[in-house]
Amino acid sequence: MKSTNLTRNDYTGGKSTLCTGCGHDQITNHIIAAFFDSGIDPFDVIKVSGIGCSSKLPGYFLSKSQGINSMHGRMAPVATGAQLVNDKMTYIGISGDGDTASIGLGGFAHLVRRNLNIVYVVANNGVYGLTKGQLSPTADQGTLTSTGRENLFQDIDLCSLAIDLNCSFVARAFSSNSKQVVNLLKAAILHPGTAVIDIISPCITFNNHHGSTKSYEYVKEHNLTLQDLSCSPLRDANENGIGAAVEADNSVQALELSDGSKLLLRDVAPLSHDIRDRIAAMKVIYETKDRGEIPTGLFYVNSGRDHFAQALNLPDVPLSQLTETDLRPSATEFQNILRNFI
Amino acid sequence: MGIPVGGKNIFPSNIQGQPTWYFLRASAKGNTGFCYEADVTVAFNGQTIEEDHLATPGGGFFIFDESKIKSLKKREDVHYITVPIQDLVTQATSQVKLKKYLTNMIYVGILAEFLGLDGRVLETTIDEFLKSRTGILEINKKAVELGRSFVRNHPVQKIFPCRVSPLNENKGKILIDGNSAAALGLLVGGATFASWYPITPSTSLVESFEKYCHEYRKSADGKNNFAVVQAEDELSSICMVLGAGWNGARAFTATSGPGLSLMQEAAGYAYYAEIPSVVWDVQRAGPSTGMPTRTAQSDITSAHLSSHGDTRHPVLLPGDPFECYEFAQQALDLAEDLQTIVYVLSDLDIGMNIWRTDDFKYPEKPFHRGKVLSKEDLDRKSLSGKPYFRYADNDGDGIAYRALPGTRHPDAAYLTRGSGHNSKGLYTERSAEFMEVVDRLHKKWESAKKMVPQSICSESGNEIGIIHYGSTVEIVNEAKEILKEKGLACDSLRIRAIPFDEEIREFIFRKRAVYVLDLNQNGQIFELLKARFPECWTQMNSVRHYSGMPVQAAELAREVQNRERPDADRNKAGDL
Repeated sequence: MKSTNLTRNDYTGGKSTLCTGCGHDQITNHIIAAFFDSGIDPFDVIKVSGIGCSSKLPGYFLSKSQGINSMHGRMAPVATGAQLVNDKMTYIGISGDGDTASIGLGGFAHLVRRNLNIVYVVANNGVYGLTKGQLSPTADQGTLTSTGRENLFQDIDLCSLAIDLNCSFVARAFSSNSKQVVNLLKAAILHPGTAVIDIISPCITFNNHHGSTKSYEYVKEHNLTLQDLSCSPLRDANENGIGAAVEADNSVQALELSDGSKLLLRDVAPLSHDIRDRIAAMKVIYETKDRGEIPTGLFYVNSGRDHFAQALNLPDVPLSQLTETDLRPSATEFQNILRNFI
Repeated sequence: MGIPVGGKNIFPSNIQGQPTWYFLRASAKGNTGFCYEADVTVAFNGQTIEEDHLATPGGGFFIFDESKIKSLKKREDVHYITVPIQDLVTQATSQVKLKKYLTNMIYVGILAEFLGLDGRVLETTIDEFLKSRTGILEINKKAVELGRSFVRNHPVQKIFPCRVSPLNENKGKILIDGNSAAALGLLVGGATFASWYPITPSTSLVESFEKYCHEYRKSADGKNNFAVVQAEDELSSICMVLGAGWNGARAFTATSGPGLSLMQEAAGYAYYAEIPSVVWDVQRAGPSTGMPTRTAQSDITSAHLSSHGDTRHPVLLPGDPFECYEFAQQALDLAEDLQTIVYVLSDLDIGMNIWRTDDFKYPEKPFHRGKVLSKEDLDRKSLSGKPYFRYADNDGDGIAYRALPGTRHPDAAYLTRGSGHNSKGLYTERSAEFMEVVDRLHKKWESAKKMVPQSICSESGNEIGIIHYGSTVEIVNEAKEILKEKGLACDSLRIRAIPFDEEIREFIFRKRAVYVLDLNQNGQIFELLKARFPECWTQMNSVRHYSGMPVQAAELAREVQNRERPDADRNKAGDL
């Protein structure tokens, strides 16, 4: 339900208890902006998270929305159960790199595989903050911990993993790039299906030192922005002819969203790829990684898939609201069932 | 024919090639519990023919195919019927793939003839059984007739002691397994969401539920008024159930021991964040992987006290498929009434065997949806003018109110969490605020005592009592008959839920000695009773059976007899 008389204050939440300068606080602000811009009523939003610094975020935005700060690594299945019994709400899941790529990797993979209709934000800083700086599986090989130890292992790239599982919307962003994150979030909110946004969000306390590949400085230096993003409501496209201009300009791709608006993507990197081409998206990730770059932008979109609730052929009335009349077989049907056991 | 029967399928954790036994007990008196000593044995398993032969009681009948064993050392005290099964089956068909199946029917014919079973009854049964496969109907009837005529005028026929004749003992009864019964209860009880991970012996419960849903849960426009998700593991299956329960649906999972272990962290979350959810555990013999196709009651403590920290959960203990059906509905109601995780502990014996049980009643009462506040309730400040706080005790019964996600009122929202929270649902590390909430949970536990199914007492002033629960209903009734004949008349009490009700204490106090029957090695209910009623522990004795097989009435009676009369001829000391 779109609402026009809400102010930005209607989308804020409690005061953050994260460290000053944490990338996650930037993400909070981007989420507030994206929901405010989208005009979605907070009463229609459900927030789900796991455990960790990242998973505290639902307390800091959309305080009028119900939320569940669940267990470590369990954001995905908790969101799955919640979404299926009331698929009329908009779901945003907030998880971290430990919560998703380590303890919750199984749940993540299966949520993506099922194409649950949710925005899945990973606030990715490469370390466990609340336990003081241990490496997470998204930490790059060779990166140094705050105590100077080198990471021996290959990282888990959540974006290439998601694309491999044919996730229907996969993006990476940098928390400091508000335009990028807000536009990706707005598109993700309106995308029907799983929208994974891996947001690199530096940990100011345990992973912002020299030798870390997830510090503000390192990410800013190595970031390769793939596209310049903007969201254009459909009415602009019609009135100002942007749609036509887009068609003519082959460096701009347009992604039509469920409310009729469009996400416009203008290639800025030397590499340009078709966001609907899965293999091209993988190539971008692999090639830039080999060069030590951090590509950010929208990698891949597949709008042709049913999301999970659609695949399960769920009714228009949410399952949670069905009553005895909807749920009990008639007395005659019941007697017919029992006849098999006489 | 109106004859009480009970069946026990004893099968391996394997798909093909391992021996399987089926015990069928018929009794005019209605004693249909497990009895290992079979009057008539059809030795079907080539691999265990010697073992089965030795297990035949004196005076028993042993029917076997001579080609299965070269030399059977025959006993003096057993009657033998040797069947040339290859010859007979070749007379029935030349189709190789049918031979194995028709062998069964030849034995059916043999048993029918010995038992004097009316040919018309058998014929009608076969017609009904094969109504969708009429192509093989006649050949099956032919096999039955070949079996019948082979033993017609057999010398054993004259001394065969069993005959069947029609009775009228099955009026108002049905034959059903506990997993199907539970699935039906969950269907009419309004479960809309199930998430599960396949595990023996619970699998058929969810599969039946899904089958019923596809038949009886379609909306007018052909949509599914249910969602069943086969999860990636039990961590996820229980978490999906919590997500669904939190969001206002009646949700359950079904599992067995190993799955129950994986669900522990979520159980504590459900307890502390107060999320309605139902876990149906069909228990099997543990520890670890244990014996997946053998029965036990060994998850009592791990379900009841599931998870770290101070947690405890209501546990319902159905005694037969009838109670599986009833308790399935009650568990969904209780989960919402109490806003917590509720366990139902069935076992393989109830879940996968066919029981003769009372007919199921069509439910007339509405679902209990618990203390849920709507937008209108919040608008008119229905809590006697008090503000709504998610974890506050407005009614003094320890049960708080909740506003479901999606309630369009500014006071409705809160962030559900497993971390320390105060009565408003806000994060806290303050001792007083933390204790206020956990103390209310304790009060809620006290309220639960009166809400769960109460124990059933069968008493006629005897000084000895048997306390039992779950699948031992039939066995205890029969054991009491045996004991009465031996001059040891007993009363009995069947526990149907944790928390325990006060009647249990009173029952123990009225007895000189009480025998608590557990189908586990640790005496799990015995230990919980001791902890709950320490003032009467001196009367309590623990009887433990943990072989993986259902306990037999004779075993229980013998154990009570041994303990009561230690000087009389003892068969065996200690555990069953």
